[in-house]
Amino acid sequence: MPKVVAAAIGLASIAAAVLAAAEPPAGAAACSGCHPTSARVVSPVVRLAGLDRAVIVRALQEFRSGQRAATVMDRIAKGFTDDEIQAIAAWYAGQK
Amino acid sequence: MRLGRRAFLRLAAGAAALLPAPRRAQGAAARVVVVGGGFAGASCARALRQADPRLAVTLVEANPTFTACPFSNAVIGGLRDLGAQQFTYERVAAAGVTLVPGTATAVDAQARTVTLADGSRLAWDRLVLAPGIDIRWGALPGYDEAAAARMPHAWRAGEQTLLLRRQLEAMPDGGLVVIAAPANPFRCPPGPYERASLIAHYLKTKKPRSKLIILDAKDAFSKQRLFQAAWTELYPGLLEWVPLSKGGNVTSVDAATRTLVTDFGRHTAAVANVIPPQKAGRIAEAAGVADRTGWCPIDPVTFESKLQTHIHVIGDAAIAGAMPKSAFAANSQAKTCAAAVARLLTGGVPSASKLINTCYSLVAPDYGISIAGVYQPVSGQLAEVPGAGGVSPANAPRATRAAEAVLAEAWFRTITAEVFG
Repeated sequence: MPKVVAAAIGLASIAAAVLAAAEPPAGAAACSGCHPTSARVVSPVVRLAGLDRAVIVRALQEFRSGQRAATVMDRIAKGFTDDEIQAIAAWYAGQK
Repeated sequence: MRLGRRAFLRLAAGAAALLPAPRRAQGAAARVVVVGGGFAGASCARALRQADPRLAVTLVEANPTFTACPFSNAVIGGLRDLGAQQFTYERVAAAGVTLVPGTATAVDAQARTVTLADGSRLAWDRLVLAPGIDIRWGALPGYDEAAAARMPHAWRAGEQTLLLRRQLEAMPDGGLVVIAAPANPFRCPPGPYERASLIAHYLKTKKPRSKLIILDAKDAFSKQRLFQAAWTELYPGLLEWVPLSKGGNVTSVDAATRTLVTDFGRHTAAVANVIPPQKAGRIAEAAGVADRTGWCPIDPVTFESKLQTHIHVIGDAAIAGAMPKSAFAANSQAKTCAAAVARLLTGGVPSASKLINTCYSLVAPDYGISIAGVYQPVSGQLAEVPGAGGVSPANAPRATRAAEAVLAEAWFRTITAEVFG
């Protein structure tokens, strides 16, 4: 019995780990409210999927510091830490 | 470390409690039922399938067509067809969501079932309620469903939106339009003021001798300074805002004469738009997830109800702390909730996320303003991340306002493509 429980716990953690890898980091899921994921949408807002990680990091940092002109991204970038920006950039860079 | 047998069994029992329901152990798909196919519910259903394609996700929605509220003020102002607001669920179904047409009427939190109006029952392992708003009929004396046919609320888009537009079109030049705006909280905080703006635009263009009064149950509102500056610039002498402290609170209405009564006097309108007090959609109360305010307290990490376990509430129905009741917020909450539910159903522990809101309002077709915010769980509530968010700059050039009007439309195309496209 204990072996079965242990095996079940093992499977559950593997499943959770697989999910965690696919899951967007904090804040990233909200971006697609404005940044199109569908190729069919006509929008002046940049598509994030597959963008270079360093390009996303730099844009967010410059929006946050006010160096880059923005409409809303200056207000939104201020809500994210350096680590969060790195994680969001890495995640979007890894999308198809 | 060596565990005694008893301690190990306790530990094992604790771990077992964290395991998913027995159905998962047998290899059956965990079942999530989502009630309500608006921005919150449809987003969540799709995000659940994306988070874990093994989930059996069912979406319960009575209407075959969804009519979006954002931009419906442009329909009222004659700038847009209602068809541009309407979306079907074909692509939601194509994403692997089982659509069940119907209205949820009861929830059994113990048996974990939801009952539909036709008597059928759906079983769930986790239930997500996204019922939007219901009108609090009777809260404003004189305003009932019959009154809404003469003094439309147009706060749920569709026939009511068209009714208000037709009334404006039929009104002779020189008529008085009155909008009654409710106290907080309500769906779409800047909505009444965007509506006033776009009706004022219609009047200025088509019926310039007319007047518009907003009777407000509040002394302050969303994007207030930006709206008021734009009104002075665009609609001088046409649009008047009467706050609570100046007698703006509407205490009763008489639909037969289209009269709105305040503590300070009576206003008889040619067209009256009464935006009445609201509460969470009816199923929230039936499920026992609404509190005495009529809205639903939730955990800010998982959106699980604070009143019933295994039932989550997202969108306008939820008490989401500092987050406003907007389509963007509903979509952002839906994706956070979906990730948490997927984790919970595989025995994982949901992690705190950050959520975003961005709301554009049109003051004129080429004049947009916005508010944005970033939110995170703090002490059991969703709180604004300090230093972030805020409204469009006060003294921006018209080019900025025009750019925000373009972004507003792009936002609508993008979010509706994500949810329904």
